[in-house]
Amino acid sequence: MNAATTPTPAVLEAREISVSLQGTQILHQVSLQANAGEVVALMGGNGSGKSTFVRALVGATPVSGGEVALWGQPATPPARTRVGYVPQRMSAAGGVAATAAEVVASGLLGHRRLRPERSARTVRDSVMHALSTLGVDDLASRDVSQLSGGQQQRVLIARALVRQPGLLILDEPLAGVDLQSQVAFAHALGHLKEDGVAIVVVLHELGALGRHIDTSVVLEAGRVTYAGKPPRDLGVHALPGHDHEHPHDDHDAGHARPGLGLEAP
Amino acid sequence: MIELLSDPLVQRMLIVGLLVGLSAPVVGTYLVQRRMALLGDGIGHVALAGVAAGWLAGSAADLAERDALALPGAIIFAVAGAVTIERMRSRGAAADVVMAILFYGGIATGVLLIGAAGASNANLLGYLFGSISTVTWTDVWVTAALAVAILVVGLGLRPALFAVTHDQEFARSTGLPVAALNMAVAILAAVTITVAMRVVGVLLVSALMIVPVAIAQQLTHSFSRTMHAAMVLGAALTVTGLSITLEHNIQPGALIVVLGVGAFILTTVGRALLNSLRRVA
Repeated sequence: MNAATTPTPAVLEAREISVSLQGTQILHQVSLQANAGEVVALMGGNGSGKSTFVRALVGATPVSGGEVALWGQPATPPARTRVGYVPQRMSAAGGVAATAAEVVASGLLGHRRLRPERSARTVRDSVMHALSTLGVDDLASRDVSQLSGGQQQRVLIARALVRQPGLLILDEPLAGVDLQSQVAFAHALGHLKEDGVAIVVVLHELGALGRHIDTSVVLEAGRVTYAGKPPRDLGVHALPGHDHEHPHDDHDAGHARPGLGLEAP
Repeated sequence: MIELLSDPLVQRMLIVGLLVGLSAPVVGTYLVQRRMALLGDGIGHVALAGVAAGWLAGSAADLAERDALALPGAIIFAVAGAVTIERMRSRGAAADVVMAILFYGGIATGVLLIGAAGASNANLLGYLFGSISTVTWTDVWVTAALAVAILVVGLGLRPALFAVTHDQEFARSTGLPVAALNMAVAILAAVTITVAMRVVGVLLVSALMIVPVAIAQQLTHSFSRTMHAAMVLGAALTVTGLSITLEHNIQPGALIVVLGVGAFILTTVGRALLNSLRRVA
């Protein structure tokens, strides 16, 4: 997280991002940094601005202030080629059915890559490999709109993985996913981390991913209220009545990250 | 029938019908995917205003054929209408309201302009309901060029156009030129409408794009197979409809659409029966 001691540029550096939607400021100077092999959990309650922030990171929502850098470069369309994004849920089903394999294959496109650069056979192999990583290769020829929420989520993750991303951004990938699938996903995430992929993941609670998280950033009402080690290292546990797991004031004062404008509550 | 095929007019009709039947469902697949099946109607009515504007220009220039500029006028107006719809949609305007305004504005402007050109509303009928029996070899070549352009872009860019129409947010995150691709779909729709206008007319032009896709959806759940099946169905419906009108005095555009709607009902009922039988078994 600290760019000053990192010899290579951070994979992702969001500096003081502000977003206003329809005249209402949703995000207030939110900063976040992720390095290769680092997993950053973005946490917060409903309406805290987590999804808006990741949408701003991937260029799906215009920012009114601040900047996003990828591998030390401005986040222009060419720089997004190595970004894998997993939205919160499958977009409202289109009017024409599409198979899981077709949806995953769309992950092979990007800036100046309007068609897959590979042969049809290689595309098929890549798609099947990505689906099998998530254990859903048997769903390749199924209509995605007919799959369960958990199955759709895994197809979306496969679509991001097929890009062989250097940065993976996931918006609540565990929402509606059963515990067994959460464990399988945590296992896959561990491998990606070992391979040096920087990962930003929006979570309501740490759950099965907890042991892979290096840094937690907590948002409340569009502002960062904590950035530092994840709760487990601080001995903090979710309390009844909390809608997310996060560090508490009495533990956190010394853990805010300097240099990123991130203040402890 | 064989004798009829040697008639150059019949040849021209079938060639134009085949080209339009093949290319219209390609664009229709993207429109249905984006839940904008009625876009063709909105643009079609704007194209009608373009026809009338072309007629007015032809009259003003005192051309021998007053409607010589009708097709170029239709293309210009249709593309401008499609670009307007796309720009307003991308800025968050309600697409259905924008289309409705173009729908009414297009036809009302067409009626006023055709009056100003000194022609009667009856002159617009050929464009409203199609006039394939009057196609010339020039029309055939223009249709062929535009149909090839639609097929090259619509099929060649299918991976990217699918990505954008399926999940725009993800497409943007990959660096795909989302705005340009959305605009490409809108312009493809405009060009398709002006090409198909000759076969079935403005009032039914959207049907040629949408009905084959609606039938194909009953048969497969793959996007690419839906598009391919819709192309085959579009070509088959158009050629079948035209062939029937060669021997019977029936309005071709209306027959093609009625055949398509009939096929849609048959496949829908057939599929429901098949599903019921499977459940019983």
